[in-house]
Amino acid sequence: MTSPTPLVDIRGLEKRFDLSGSLLEQISFKNGRFHRKQEAVHAINGVDLQVQKGEALCVVGESGCGKSTVARTVMGLLSPSGGEIYYDGERIDNLDGKEVLPYRRKMQMIFQNPYASLNPRMTIQQTLEEPIRFHHPDWDTDRVKEKVSEVMQSVGIDPDWGSRFGHEFSGGQRQRIAIARALAVDPEFIVADEPISALDVSIQAQVLNLLMDAQEKRNLTYLFITHDLAVVEHFGTRVAVMYLGRVCELADTKTLFSTPRHPYTQALLSAIPKLEDDRPNHIRLQGEVPTPVNLPSGCVFHGRCPYANERCRQEIPQLIATDEGAQVACHAVEEGRL
Amino acid sequence: MTTATISRWDRFRDSFLWYSFKRDKIAIVSFLVLVLMVAAAVFAPLLAPTDPYDLAQINIMNSELPPVGMSGADAAFPLGTDAQGRDMLSTILYGTRVSLLIGFGAVVLQAVLGILFGLLAGYLGGRVDSILMRIADVQLSFSTLMVAIIVGAVFKASFGNLMFGEIAIYMLIFIIGVAEWPQIARTVRASVLAEKKKEYVDAAKVMGFGTRRIMFRHILPNTLSPIFVIATVQIANAIISEAALSFLGLGMPETQPSLGSLIKSGFDYIQSGSWWITLIPGLVLVVLVLVINLLGDWLRDVMNPRLYKG
Repeated sequence: MTSPTPLVDIRGLEKRFDLSGSLLEQISFKNGRFHRKQEAVHAINGVDLQVQKGEALCVVGESGCGKSTVARTVMGLLSPSGGEIYYDGERIDNLDGKEVLPYRRKMQMIFQNPYASLNPRMTIQQTLEEPIRFHHPDWDTDRVKEKVSEVMQSVGIDPDWGSRFGHEFSGGQRQRIAIARALAVDPEFIVADEPISALDVSIQAQVLNLLMDAQEKRNLTYLFITHDLAVVEHFGTRVAVMYLGRVCELADTKTLFSTPRHPYTQALLSAIPKLEDDRPNHIRLQGEVPTPVNLPSGCVFHGRCPYANERCRQEIPQLIATDEGAQVACHAVEEGRL
Repeated sequence: MTTATISRWDRFRDSFLWYSFKRDKIAIVSFLVLVLMVAAAVFAPLLAPTDPYDLAQINIMNSELPPVGMSGADAAFPLGTDAQGRDMLSTILYGTRVSLLIGFGAVVLQAVLGILFGLLAGYLGGRVDSILMRIADVQLSFSTLMVAIIVGAVFKASFGNLMFGEIAIYMLIFIIGVAEWPQIARTVRASVLAEKKKEYVDAAKVMGFGTRRIMFRHILPNTLSPIFVIATVQIANAIISEAALSFLGLGMPETQPSLGSLIKSGFDYIQSGSWWITLIPGLVLVVLVLVINLLGDWLRDVMNPRLYKG
């Protein structure tokens, strides 16, 4: 599992969203004194992830755990507050303007909502042609058209439909078109931010299979953001479980599903409904997810963890390797209490 | 299902716009009246019996003749004549032309400024947004007429009446256009703020497209419907503003009258019984502005995304 350079290397990534507004809005007058109050949502708090060439790394976690923020930061839609992102050994999070263009071709993104991700005023042909023309200004019209019809065929959309607009298609077809747009520039790496969660269940499998076919044919690498554990089991080579902006467990899909180590992962997996569940054995976590504005000290999970002790409340656990080749950020696992 | 090329015309005929137009009698009538008036104004040199700009065709002896059907009317002047002996019909046709020209010109200028500043403010946000919108606020806090009166008076004083007459059209277009751009800029900014959060903009960013391309090729086409609606109403406003300025004597000179200056020129004679010099151009102005406003209302109803999602 340890190839020399990972395709995408995320190191110590942090992202905060400022809540307090401008300087004037931060200042308040209380008890005869001026106070300056600054608040921020800590969406990601030090995430380390390596995506190896050819794999599909799934990132799972509940709403608000920062998985979409990771995706958007990797793609450069958000600039990180701290940490570094490397692509094929080159740092990419501090590039600007023209320098980033070659990476735009190599890295593409598929979005969650196929109803909003296609420009409503452009035909499918225009939507697909624009990126090709932009990245290959030297190509002539025939070559561009050929490429468009090739990607349209590869996602199962009839190239004759090019003159139609996005709203004339169903959700699944739109998502296929969005995938075609991402594939049009021949990327190596695709970030998929919950690409099937807005789709009908019957369509989800089709789109998922399409993504897997594309991976095989085009030798793609995926960073796949999802909250659907069944999809992970089907799709992912490795899984990273996130909680409150941190990775708590990172393992091969099989290992994670057979022997989850982190208490949060165990609770998460126990929540999957099973057919034979006449007496479900769910692990019920106490309390709620703490607010990302005021992070808990130590392990972010300690408030809800049945195994938490004093060390968990003080010290932030780092990812450590376990016997099965997984990585877990948990003091209890490290100390052998779990 | 491989019906490929659907032409633009077929698309239009299938569209909700055309469908609701066909069912709205007020819209149809307004549109027909507007088309008729615009055509009459555009083809004024062909339609008008005389050329009111040509002093050789004017005879002062024909002044203040009443419209046909009243005693003392002359069949050569169906709508009567004004105090200088100009044929009212010809003068109104030419005047509508001037009024419409100023209306359209001012709105084109407003739209160019408004779209540019609105896009920049909405898309770039932050400091650019604050600065542009504060300028717009400051500008809106002065009334259009006040700014126009001051600028017009200064120009008139510095260029003299003769020179002013020549550049009056451009002056009025400039004054009304510059005074009203914040209306369009605010509308554009509001819709840009809504559009820029959508995923197709993110997709364009991920593709590496530049800011300018994203602003003009991706976001602007999606903000066009509110611009279209407000521009229609603004044409009517610009025509009214021009008429008001002309009525105050700061607009078009009487040698090339707009509807507003025609109304003004007749106003002095209304007491002496020559009501037609004021009333007929006044009616034309009211009808013109009314049909534009009715069309604007209809457009707003059709394109309002709350009522109809496209």
